[in-house]
Amino acid sequence: MELTPEYLQSRLTEKFGDDLRSAETTYGMFSFEVPAALNLKVLQFLYDDPALQFRFLTDLCAVHYPDQKGRELAVVYHLHNLRKNVRIRMKIFVDILQPDVYTATALFSSANWQERETYDFYGINFVGHPKLKRILNVEEMDYFPLRKEYPLEDQTRIDKDDEMFGRG
Amino acid sequence: MSEIIQQPPHHVKLPEGSIGKQTTTLNLGPTHPATHGVFQNILEVDGERIVFAEQTVGYIHRAFEKIAERRPLYQITPLTDRLNYCSSPINNMGWHMTCEKLLGVQTPKRVDYLRIIIMELARIADHLICNSIVGVDSGAFSGFLYVMQYRELIYEIYEEICGSRLTTNIGRIGGFERNFTPAAFQKLERFLDEYPGVLKEFIGLFERNRIFMERTIGGGAISAERALNYGFTGPNLRATGVDYDVRVTSPYCSYEDVEFDIPVGSTGDNYDRWQVRNEEMWQSLRIIQQAYDKVKAFTGAEAEVYHADVPEYYLPPKKDVYTKMEALIWHFKIIMGEIDMPAGEVYHSVEGANGELGFYLISDGGRTPYRLHFRRPCFIYYQAYSELTTGSMISDAVITMSSLNLIAGEMDA
Repeated sequence: MELTPEYLQSRLTEKFGDDLRSAETTYGMFSFEVPAALNLKVLQFLYDDPALQFRFLTDLCAVHYPDQKGRELAVVYHLHNLRKNVRIRMKIFVDILQPDVYTATALFSSANWQERETYDFYGINFVGHPKLKRILNVEEMDYFPLRKEYPLEDQTRIDKDDEMFGRG
Repeated sequence: MSEIIQQPPHHVKLPEGSIGKQTTTLNLGPTHPATHGVFQNILEVDGERIVFAEQTVGYIHRAFEKIAERRPLYQITPLTDRLNYCSSPINNMGWHMTCEKLLGVQTPKRVDYLRIIIMELARIADHLICNSIVGVDSGAFSGFLYVMQYRELIYEIYEEICGSRLTTNIGRIGGFERNFTPAAFQKLERFLDEYPGVLKEFIGLFERNRIFMERTIGGGAISAERALNYGFTGPNLRATGVDYDVRVTSPYCSYEDVEFDIPVGSTGDNYDRWQVRNEEMWQSLRIIQQAYDKVKAFTGAEAEVYHADVPEYYLPPKKDVYTKMEALIWHFKIIMGEIDMPAGEVYHSVEGANGELGFYLISDGGRTPYRLHFRRPCFIYYQAYSELTTGSMISDAVITMSSLNLIAGEMDA
C-alpha cells in the first residue's frame, strides 16, 4: 500500500476519528495534530500498524506560540518509515501552565535526550521520563530560555558599562 | 547505581568512615586529551572495566536556535558552520537548500554539481579526520599525520572558493558567491589525481594490522535494531547493516544524477564503522569525478552559471550596486534583512558526514525564522555511548568515542 497523504489521513481518521485535526501536506510532508493526551497511543499505532510502520523518530522539538491561549506550547515529532521512505510530522499542543506530555522513551530510545533538550528549553514536562533534567544548560537555571518571553538582547542598547567589556 | 555500592568482602579492612564502595569514579573529560573535544564522561570503573558511564554534554552550548530567531536567513549560515566544524560546507549547503525549499528557488544544474563537489570534499575531510583519529587512539600516529596534508589540500580548495578554511560560510541562497576559479579546479584535479594513492596507503597501514584489528573488532558494537531505536544515522547506522542514506532515499541537489554505492557493515563495531567510512571516501571520489565531468561538459553561457536568478535573496554584483538603482535597493534590503519570507514549515535534511543533518524551519511570514531547530545527528546517537561502553575497558571506550565521530560543536549547538 502506497503511503500517500490521503491514505494516511483516512487510516488515521478511521482509527482516531475527530481526534485527528488539521491534517495537511506542506512542502511534501504530511502533518497532523492530535490531542496531547493521545500522543503515545498515536505513536504506538503508527509504530505497530503493519501498513504504517513509522519506526524511526527523526526529530523531536517544541515550539512556543504565546498568542494561542491554552495551547501555547507545541511538541513536534518527525517520524520516518524507512522501508517506504515516507516522513510525517505529528504535533500536539499543551497549556503552558500545565505542560504535561507523556514520554516517548519507551518506544524510542532516541527520545530520551531529545525530550530532555525540549524540557531544558521549553519546560515541557515529559511524564514518565526516566531522568528529566536539564541537558545543555546549567542545572541551576530557573527559566526556559527558548520561550518567546525571553527576547534576545537588544543590540542597540546603551545602558551597558563599556568598561566591563574592555571598551571605553 | 545502587547495586554498585555494596558491602566489601569480609577480609577487606576499610578505614573508619569509608562508604564501602568497590568501584572508582573517574571523570573522563571535559578537557582530556583523549576525548578530542569537550566531552565529559563520569565513569564508574572496576579496575579498568567500565561498569557504568554517564555522559555530560552542553559545555559549548551557544544557543544557536535562539540566536537564529532574530537573524535574516543569510546570517544564519555562519551559525551552521559551527555545528559540525569538520565538514562545515555540508551544513552550509543543507541550510541553503532548506531556505530554497521554503522560498521555492530552483537552482541551475551547474550549481548543484558544484555543490556536490564541495559536499563530497567535505565528507572526505571529515571521514579522514575521524578514521585517522581512530588510528591515533589505537596507538598509530603516522596515518593521521600523513593524511593531514590532504585535508590541507581540501581546505585550500575551500579557500579558493570562499576565502576561509574551517568555518567556511560557503555559498549563498541560490548558488555560490562567485564562480570557481581556475585555481580551484586545478587543485581539485590534483586532489583527484593524488588522493586515491594516499587513501590506499592509509588503508594499507591499518586494515590488516593485527594490533588495530584486535583493538577495534568487537569494540563498541551495536545491533541494527538498537541503532535504529537510538536514532543512529549516517556511517554509524550503515556499519550495522542498514543501507539508509539520505542522498539516495530522498535525493537533493541532483544526487540522483550520479552513480554511487552505499557501503554497509554488519556488526556495527568500531572496525566496521572505520571500514564504512573508508569505503564512503572511495564513493565520494567517484561522485566528485562524475560531478566534475558534468561541470566540464557545460558550454557557452551555461558554463558560467554559478547562482540562480533570485534577486530577493542573492546579492547583486558590487559593480551594479554602485551604478544601478535596482541593484542598490536589493543590496540594501538583503543586507538589512528587510525581506519578508513566505510563511510555512519546512523540514529538510542532508546526509551530513556523521548522519542525517536536518533543519526544521518555521516561518510566520516575517523576516527571521519563527523557530529553527537543528536535527544534530551526533547529539542523538551519543545517547547510546553508555550502552556501547558498559562492560568494556577504558581504553576501548576512547576508541569507541572517536569512531562514533562525535563533534562537540554539533552536539551542543
